[in-house]
Order: sequence, then C-alpha cells, then structure tokens
Amino acid sequence: MGNFLVWVIWIVAALACVSTGVAVISFTNPFYSALALIGNLASLAVLFLLASAEFVAAAQILVYAGAVMVMFLFVIAYLGGRADAPWAGGPRWLQLGAFAVGAALLIEVIVALVTKANGGLSNAADISRSFGSPAEIGKLFLADHLLAFEITSIVLLVAAVGGVVLGMKAAAEDEVEA
Amino acid sequence: MLGPDVTWYLAISAVLFAIGATGVVLRRSPLIVLLSLEIMLNASNLAFVGFSRHFGTVDGQIFALCVMAVAAAEVCVGLGMIVAFSRRRMALDVDTLTELHG
Repeated sequence: MGNFLVWVIWIVAALACVSTGVAVISFTNPFYSALALIGNLASLAVLFLLASAEFVAAAQILVYAGAVMVMFLFVIAYLGGRADAPWAGGPRWLQLGAFAVGAALLIEVIVALVTKANGGLSNAADISRSFGSPAEIGKLFLADHLLAFEITSIVLLVAAVGGVVLGMKAAAEDEVEA
Repeated sequence: MLGPDVTWYLAISAVLFAIGATGVVLRRSPLIVLLSLEIMLNASNLAFVGFSRHFGTVDGQIFALCVMAVAAAEVCVGLGMIVAFSRRRMALDVDTLTELHG
C-alpha cells in the first residue's frame, strides 16, 4: 500500500514537472514563465523527497523557489513585463532546428539509458534512516568535500561582486546620458 | 526502495533536459533563455539525486547542492547583465545582442 502511494505521488509530481517545463518555454509573458518555473521547482522538490534527499528538497524550495525566483520576478517587474520579444522569432528553420535539437538530445539519452542501464540499475542500495539528512550532509561538506564547499563560497562571492559591478556601470552610463 | 527506481528518475531528467535545451535555442528573450537554463540545471540535479539514492551514497546530493549554488551565481550575473542591457535601451533579443562592448 505504501509503495502504491509513493508511485502515485511520484507520477503526479513527474507529470507536473514536465507540463510546467513545457509551460515555461511556451508562455509569451515572462511573468507567467517564471511562475511556471516555480511550479516546476516545487514538483522537483517532491521528487527529491521521494528519493530520500530531504535536505536537497528543502534547499530547492528555499534557495530556488524562494530566493532565485524572487530575484527573477523583481527583474521582470523592473523591465515592465514587456513581452515584445517574439515567441520564437528568427526564420522558420530555426524553430524547426530548436525542436530537432531537443528531440535529438532526448533520443540520445533514452538510447544510452536503454542500452547501458537495461536491468543493471534495478536494485537500489539499502540506506540508513539518516540518509540525506542535514546532519549527514553537513558532516560530508565539512569533512570529505571541504574544498568544493570553499570553492562554492568563492564562486558566490565573485558572482555577488560581479552583480554589483554590472549595476554600478549601468548607473554611471545613465548619468553620462542625462 | 519504495516507488520507482533510478531509471525513471533518469527518464524524467532526460525529458526535462530536452525541454530546457529546446527553450534555450527556441526563445529569443534572454530572460526566458535563463529560465530554460534553470530547467536544464535542475534536470542534472534530478539525475544526481536519483543516482545518489541508487548507490546509497550522499555525495551526489552534495554535488546537487553545489550545482544549486552555481545556478544562483549564474542568475545573479545574468540578471545583472539583462538589467544593464535594458538601462542602455538595448533590445532584449538574443539575436540583436551580438556585441558586448559598452
């Protein structure tokens, strides 16, 4: 019974994931696209939870659906939600090429999956109850993956400085024009 | 393991990645291109988490968290550039944004 319930929730979340993903790239208004991406991230968090990745699911909601998407919505509001960029634009063959790229990637991955993973990926490892808990993630971050942790913090610092510099240059430009 | 095994996670991940790639090539607005990039990064995160559960090691989840941090950094710089474009009255269209010197 528990297994059946997990399957039902998983399939609902997966369908929500794919449909909101299609919605993101097909809405004309960027505001609606951003809202659809929030739905996409939330349903991905459900999938993460079902794979016993509690901390990653919480971080997904807090960092992505919270902080990053609020930043996106602020910028879209700042730009006035202008939907002047055409839905697809460019010549017709470019649109066909875009769909061809997507389909080629999908077929490639599916073929690799079927030939490589055929039956070889059916038995998942047994895990303890603390798998994916914040305590275990924290221990791994500060012991085995300390270098990655520190590099990530430097990347974030550089990005923050870069954002400030980009904003400052644009402000100076405005003053020159005015 | 309750529920679907890692193959199903990989299938959804592949579909999401293809959707994101289509969006990056198809759409002309840099905002939507950034949103599609987020979908692609999240597809890779899903594969990481699925494999992490399959092999019973948490390292995949660590990598997923690092990808999340890099995505936040990328959005920070990307949105800064978009705001700078709009302040200089440049058209927000990736076809016309062909040079980046002032």
